[in-house]
Amino acid sequence: MAALSTELQEITDKLWGRSRLLIALLIMAFALILAKAIGVLPEWLNRIPEAAIPPTAQVLDAIFNFIQNELGIIYVTRFIAEGPLEFLLDTSGNLLEGKRRWPYLGPIPWSAIAVVAVVVGYALGGWRLAALGGGTFIWTAVIGQWKMAMQTMSVIVVSAPLAFLMGLTLGVAAWKYRWFERMMKPILSVLQTLPFFTYLLPAVIFFKVGPTAGAVATITFAIPPMILMTTLGLKKVSPEVIEAGHMSGCTRWQMLSHVYVPAARTEILVGVNQVIMLCLAMVVLTAFIGMPGLGAKLLAMMGSFKLGRSFEIGVTIVLLAVMLDRMSKAWVVKQPVHFERGTPWWKRHQVSLIALVLFIGFTLLSQVFPILAEVGRKQHLSQGKEIDVVIKSFLAIDAIKGTTEWLRWFLNVKVLIPFRNTLLAIPTPAFILLVVSFSYWVGGRRPGIYAAVFFTVVAFSGWWDRSVITLYTVISAVALAAIIGIPLGVVAARSSRWSKSILLACDTAQTFPSFIYLIPAIMLFGVNDVAVVFSILIFAAVPLIRYTIIGLSSVPPEMTEAADMSGSTRRQKLMSVQFPLALPTMAVGFNQAIMFSFFMVIIAAFIGTQDLGQELQRTLAGTELGKNFVLGLNVSLMALTFDMAISSWAEQRKKRLGLD
Amino acid sequence: MQINAILAAAAVFVGGLGGAVAKDSRDPIIIPVHNWSSQIVMSNVVGQIFEEMGNIVEYVTTDSQAVYESVRLGDVSLEMEVWEGAFGASFRAALEKGGIHDAGDHDAVTREDWWYPLWTKESCPGLPDWQALNDCAHLFATVETGTKGRYLDGPVDWLKHGKERADALGLNFTVINAGSAAALWAEIGAAQAKKKPVLVFNWTPNFAEAVWPGEFVEFPAWEDGCDTDPSKGPNPEALYDCGNPAAGYLKKAAWDGMKDKWPAAYCALTKISFTNPQIAEMAKLVDTDELEPDEAAEQWLDANRDVVDPWIRACS
Repeated sequence: MAALSTELQEITDKLWGRSRLLIALLIMAFALILAKAIGVLPEWLNRIPEAAIPPTAQVLDAIFNFIQNELGIIYVTRFIAEGPLEFLLDTSGNLLEGKRRWPYLGPIPWSAIAVVAVVVGYALGGWRLAALGGGTFIWTAVIGQWKMAMQTMSVIVVSAPLAFLMGLTLGVAAWKYRWFERMMKPILSVLQTLPFFTYLLPAVIFFKVGPTAGAVATITFAIPPMILMTTLGLKKVSPEVIEAGHMSGCTRWQMLSHVYVPAARTEILVGVNQVIMLCLAMVVLTAFIGMPGLGAKLLAMMGSFKLGRSFEIGVTIVLLAVMLDRMSKAWVVKQPVHFERGTPWWKRHQVSLIALVLFIGFTLLSQVFPILAEVGRKQHLSQGKEIDVVIKSFLAIDAIKGTTEWLRWFLNVKVLIPFRNTLLAIPTPAFILLVVSFSYWVGGRRPGIYAAVFFTVVAFSGWWDRSVITLYTVISAVALAAIIGIPLGVVAARSSRWSKSILLACDTAQTFPSFIYLIPAIMLFGVNDVAVVFSILIFAAVPLIRYTIIGLSSVPPEMTEAADMSGSTRRQKLMSVQFPLALPTMAVGFNQAIMFSFFMVIIAAFIGTQDLGQELQRTLAGTELGKNFVLGLNVSLMALTFDMAISSWAEQRKKRLGLD
Repeated sequence: MQINAILAAAAVFVGGLGGAVAKDSRDPIIIPVHNWSSQIVMSNVVGQIFEEMGNIVEYVTTDSQAVYESVRLGDVSLEMEVWEGAFGASFRAALEKGGIHDAGDHDAVTREDWWYPLWTKESCPGLPDWQALNDCAHLFATVETGTKGRYLDGPVDWLKHGKERADALGLNFTVINAGSAAALWAEIGAAQAKKKPVLVFNWTPNFAEAVWPGEFVEFPAWEDGCDTDPSKGPNPEALYDCGNPAAGYLKKAAWDGMKDKWPAAYCALTKISFTNPQIAEMAKLVDTDELEPDEAAEQWLDANRDVVDPWIRACS
């Protein structure tokens, strides 16, 4: 950080030196490309020869083998999985879906859970949240997905709290010990960008296929933001509060539990919100390794081409996600209530008491009216077949078919395939130089150096062409998403009503299980790159729209007023006042769009790609852990290169603008 | 330890004598289910058979390729559908590492090959003979393939060698790999409304037969060695110049420890064998009649007591 700020001061002096270096890099790159074009480039400069590629995968395989068998780590992990973790999962499984395990009490009737959700919703955010809470559970029961949803929830109610606790502990440790933070940072960055398929197999091997592996994969996926938010929150605690704690003679433990953590409450709760959302994002993906419930059913429904039922499952997942998101956000905003001394205990715990009474009441009622306990198979209101017909006939409408046919032709023949061939034709060193100059130009020296190191590692992994194809898909999707998303965000930011509804649409699109997009994408565009780009596009556009709206609407009103007073047109105001101020925020959205694209491009392997995702999918058979890890690391390194460049740009920009 | 060994030996001895097998463990038998209907229902049928025999059964959803590693480790106890074509490679790799073994074949045979829905035949009447494909190639052309036809092959990891076959037989087709079974269905489903000719990879037994009636392309018949010896098949210089074997295996696989832990259930597993019509019926109960898998399994068992009872009797 210190290096960065000194660099900032000298930035103007360095500008000349910087562009000279840039030009040198670019000249080198183009010289290589030119040499290839006229046929004088030796083959070893075009692609790294097979012989020079180190046997990373084999080495890693040997290491994994050593860790797994010789070192006996597998016994430890297996003990954890089959002991405490399985116990927790069995308990929640029994209570929620009636799995035959201790304590043999469940399943809890759906109406009892729904009514508790109503009370909790009301306590957190009034009638609106109460309706959302109750409505979600009523929908789930009535549509006939209760059991599946509870199977899913039984894993989430274990993994989310575990992710929270572990994240909190690690976050506190990272705040307390500088070396620990320094060690955690790169690990977390890699974890956040590592494709899901890479930790799927280790989860299965070390933690046993089934809910246990599902829980471990979910925790791994959900933990990084919790750690980061905890550290951030603790660092921001104001010195006055700390002083007050010291003055009242707190011990170290009391300082932590009564001073620091409560003072960092907001950030920590934002972390909790992130944990919950990420847990729900994993519902479908973890079904590959034994997570029961909605995700597994969704995969089965898609495997037999039942779009209607898949859609209904998607709606349930979105409702659950939105409900938990809104409730946890309401909890962030709500400050703890303090009662006067002498308030009777029933008044202090009013909400819990009402919830408890209603819970018991409905549990008893459901003994009398079985429909309140379980909605039977013939009673539910699923409209799977009807929705199926609607979706399929919609996708077959002539006008839509015509448009997509044209788009398919235009994008594939005129844009995507030429672009891809161009990227593949660039010699490896030239490609690296181009990426380095991009990073250097955008982010400065450090990101430039990292780009050089990371892409060289990718080049020596032996999967260069596939990495380039992955990158090509990501770039195409993000570029298209920017063309669509940024104007949409600009228009939406003009009125708060518009931005509200567009943001809601963004939330929904983001929580809707990505798998469901794959089939309509294929039906519209066929199995080819357009379908792949289209399915990524939806995910990439969401953060772009969101952060454009946030960025534009957080421009200080004084600024826009000043622009209005000096008589600028709307266009001038947008271009010279709002955009420059919103750009750092928009860059965050751009960065997220790239990260989401790297995530989705791997999932798009289910459509049919020729990139790293396809190879990763191939390693699922479980015999090539080393190769799997190398492939995953390639994705991660490429994603991190862009992440570093763009975040460093946004940070510098913010400082220069005096924001934040 | 020694007592255990003696007991186990005694159990094997008694089992060998009169079919009265030692008691099965009270631990649940873990049965994996995947994402296609016939396998889900079949696994439920087998699970309910085990339950009738007094065992405890649990199901776990897994990926159909990753499952072999779990069987090997004993995390799941068996696998009901090992397709020669789609999972042969993963199965063989796991066999080599040990911990899993072949628990016998089903009567059902599997066929996997180039396939088209019946409406395709209207515009290309020469089918199913493969030699008609080149005359019809333009019907299967898309914007990316130009004048060449397009054949959508199965996912690469199923190792179907579509490209090699197109080259070996001089077919004017571009071969593209789908990423999943769902992608294949989406492609057929999209072609359905306009009755557009499509050529995709497909297999039987499969729910798709009921939804989209269709036929396999009849390639030169499979000869042993077609994949290793160029002289086999019509093209003397190329491999893969034959159709796939029309009768591939459908196996059951079991964890090595299953035999000792649940001897009776294991015995039943080795006896269990389903035929193509039976598997199609199981899939139909879920895909067309919209039953839940466990319900479908109950219904199937009720209707097929005469098939199931001998398996149970032989092992209890």
